[in-house]
Amino acid sequence: MRYAETGYNLEIDLSTGNIERVETDPNLTKLFLGGQGVNARIIWDRVGPEVKPFDEGNLLIFGAGLLHGTPVVGCNRTSVNTINPMTGIFGHSTMGGYLGPEIKHAGYDRIIIRGKAPKLVYIWIKNDKVEIRDASHLKGKGVRETTRLIKEELNEPFAQVACIGPAGENKVLTASLEHNWNSAARGPGPIMGDKMIKAIAVRGTKDIFVAHPQELFELCLKMKKEIHASDGCGDWMATDEDDSFHHNNFSWGNSRTRIKNYWSKELQERWTRWKYDHMDRQMGCYNCPKGCINIISWPGHPRFGYKCYGKDTYHMSAFKELNYSYELLGYCQDYGLDSYSTPQTLALGIELYDAGILTDKDMPNFPTDSGDRIKYLIEKVVHREGIGDILANGSWHAARIIGNGAEEFEHNTVKKMEQLPIKLGKLNPAYYLMIATGEKMAITQIEGSFPQDPIRDVEERKKFVEHWDAVPSQIFKDIFMKWEKRDEMSIEDTCLVTDWNEAMHYVDDSTGLCGFVSSFRGQFGGKTAYSFNNVPQIIKLATGMEIDKDDLWEICRRNRTLIRAINNRLGIRRVDDDPPKDHWAVRNPELEEKLLDAYYDLRGFTKDGIPTKEELYKLGLDYVADELIQRGILDPDEGTPSQEAAKKEQQKSGGC
Amino acid sequence: MAGTGKKIVKTIKVDLDKCNGCRGCEMACSAYHATPKYSSMNPSRSRIRVVMDPFNDEYVPIRATDYTKAGCDGRRVYTIKGKEYSECSFCGTICPTRDLFFDPDSGLPLKCDLCEDEKEPLCVQACPQGCLTYVELEEEEIEEAKLGDMEIGLKSLVDKYGLKKLADTFARMSQKG
Repeated sequence: MRYAETGYNLEIDLSTGNIERVETDPNLTKLFLGGQGVNARIIWDRVGPEVKPFDEGNLLIFGAGLLHGTPVVGCNRTSVNTINPMTGIFGHSTMGGYLGPEIKHAGYDRIIIRGKAPKLVYIWIKNDKVEIRDASHLKGKGVRETTRLIKEELNEPFAQVACIGPAGENKVLTASLEHNWNSAARGPGPIMGDKMIKAIAVRGTKDIFVAHPQELFELCLKMKKEIHASDGCGDWMATDEDDSFHHNNFSWGNSRTRIKNYWSKELQERWTRWKYDHMDRQMGCYNCPKGCINIISWPGHPRFGYKCYGKDTYHMSAFKELNYSYELLGYCQDYGLDSYSTPQTLALGIELYDAGILTDKDMPNFPTDSGDRIKYLIEKVVHREGIGDILANGSWHAARIIGNGAEEFEHNTVKKMEQLPIKLGKLNPAYYLMIATGEKMAITQIEGSFPQDPIRDVEERKKFVEHWDAVPSQIFKDIFMKWEKRDEMSIEDTCLVTDWNEAMHYVDDSTGLCGFVSSFRGQFGGKTAYSFNNVPQIIKLATGMEIDKDDLWEICRRNRTLIRAINNRLGIRRVDDDPPKDHWAVRNPELEEKLLDAYYDLRGFTKDGIPTKEELYKLGLDYVADELIQRGILDPDEGTPSQEAAKKEQQKSGGC
Repeated sequence: MAGTGKKIVKTIKVDLDKCNGCRGCEMACSAYHATPKYSSMNPSRSRIRVVMDPFNDEYVPIRATDYTKAGCDGRRVYTIKGKEYSECSFCGTICPTRDLFFDPDSGLPLKCDLCEDEKEPLCVQACPQGCLTYVELEEEEIEEAKLGDMEIGLKSLVDKYGLKKLADTFARMSQKG
């Protein structure tokens, strides 16, 4: 018997209509856990570099986390992986809500979809019964109506629905997949559109078993109360109305303009009133006591739910106030647009118009007000009309299609994807490494277990360190104690910090835990619920698998390396490990090179950022090494930067 | 003959404004009622379900009460603060009109037992948000005078033959000794 897992995948081929329930290999769980980890392995095996994102061969995988469906609290994020058409590499996409646990209860650990349907369909899964159903009547419909109609026609009010809006149908590259108030951005939206899947609806009525019931349940019940009471868990932005941090420090428009003293007391009072006068409630996800999703009914506009920084992006792109976002969010969510990359792309369009690169010919009747301009462009992008057809590809591609100097205006992407609109002074090493080498393209890549800023006061620092439960070893306490200035951290320490931050993210993405109770909250010290100190034990109680801290760390390293290898196979090299052009006012090319070399040393990558044969073999990824060598991507004899330097030294001395 | 007495009524109070839609109550209920205890999770085996329509901001945890063979008719629709709720959203009756509170394998109705062995029902324990709270209310109860066995027997004879005939028979029999 399999514990925590179901032991089956659901395979759906839309081109042939073939549907299969396939038993999985328990060894994959030991090696990659689940969620994104196992999804990556499947993509490595079955989606070669010759497969383009919009080819039939590209897969779309809905992966439930290893611990979904168990009593583990705050474990509900579904990994939806594919090759992302915007970046051309492995699409890192996760969403909260209820889908992953429901997939588990339907009897599957993941749903793997390949091929393309001849016309618009939706997939209905109720336990062993799986149907590919006509969705022509849902064409062009928004997320809300699609969800309602599907539940009604199936007569299944308890079904969980994830669907795309018109943006996804039109293969807008900044489209997202929507599920209630949650969304999966960075790939799945346009891929659903390309595969002609409007939605998947799931209802499961099967049991999920755990290995050590009493112990696990009691622990989780206790943790649920603690998580509910703890300030160290959940999204503090749901309760702290002082959002001066984003508004004073992040850049407005096309990540261009900082308004340093924007925030004021009056503004905070006004915005707080707007929020609480119109807030229906604060929602959580499956089995999580927090209320991170703010549900707002803005008069005369559709209801919406937002999390975290998602409420800021539209008004900051249009230089407006919060009420502007409140007017817009209901429509944008219904269209199925990613609130992260879309507003930046639209703001780029405005900038190009103001610069004369785009003209009235491209944008007939373009309004003068910046707010109206964003609304104008949203309509164009969602329906891929006129200039919208170009902007729908995200700012990196759009700037290159437009040409004529537009490329110079695109300045805030990594690996072709929009990033946080941050402008900083001096380069800070840890942040540089994470954003440059990251392959998630999301905020969670750069924020993690280790604080972003040192604490100046030594006593305060000591106190912080004393109560820092999440720390996996004394090393990190020592690093933090000697850290005085943000931009002054040794290269060695920077690498260790990055390693921990990354590892914890990979824990979340494979188990299905939410960063708000885990990796993302560690940086604030105190009590985050999950860390390397308790996750191994929790995995053991749920699955029966013997696993300790070191084993878990190795699994994370394996998952990270495998995703790197997938991306190497798709062309990613050192040159792509590059932060947004003007994130920092003062760059330090020499230090940056050293940091990259040191990071590659730590990860076991070659100078060009490809995992070495030795490293891959060590992680049991020998088949990956063999293929990379066979394809001429990896030189089997090449070591990490420091190994190579040592070799050179040896040759030199040998020559003497 | 009727008097008054006290009895304890066990109640789960539901504050709908505090529900965050996490469905932890469903998970915990199904785990508690699994054999062995806590060995499996399955919300569709739960005796409490959150009737949910996120786009309408509707979250109502309802608890399985009694089984009925027939569904009711004339269901109403309530509008509360501009939000429409079906009457079924508040109803815990296990009825054939909806696929709710039937064991997914056996099809038998699942009735809430308030987790009798526990100090508080598990759904309440799994709801630190305070949407579900457990209260024990003392209610006054009118105690009806209870008839003994002989009285019941005699009463049925009175009903059948009338009091006079019964009295005559009783007198005759007692004279005979």
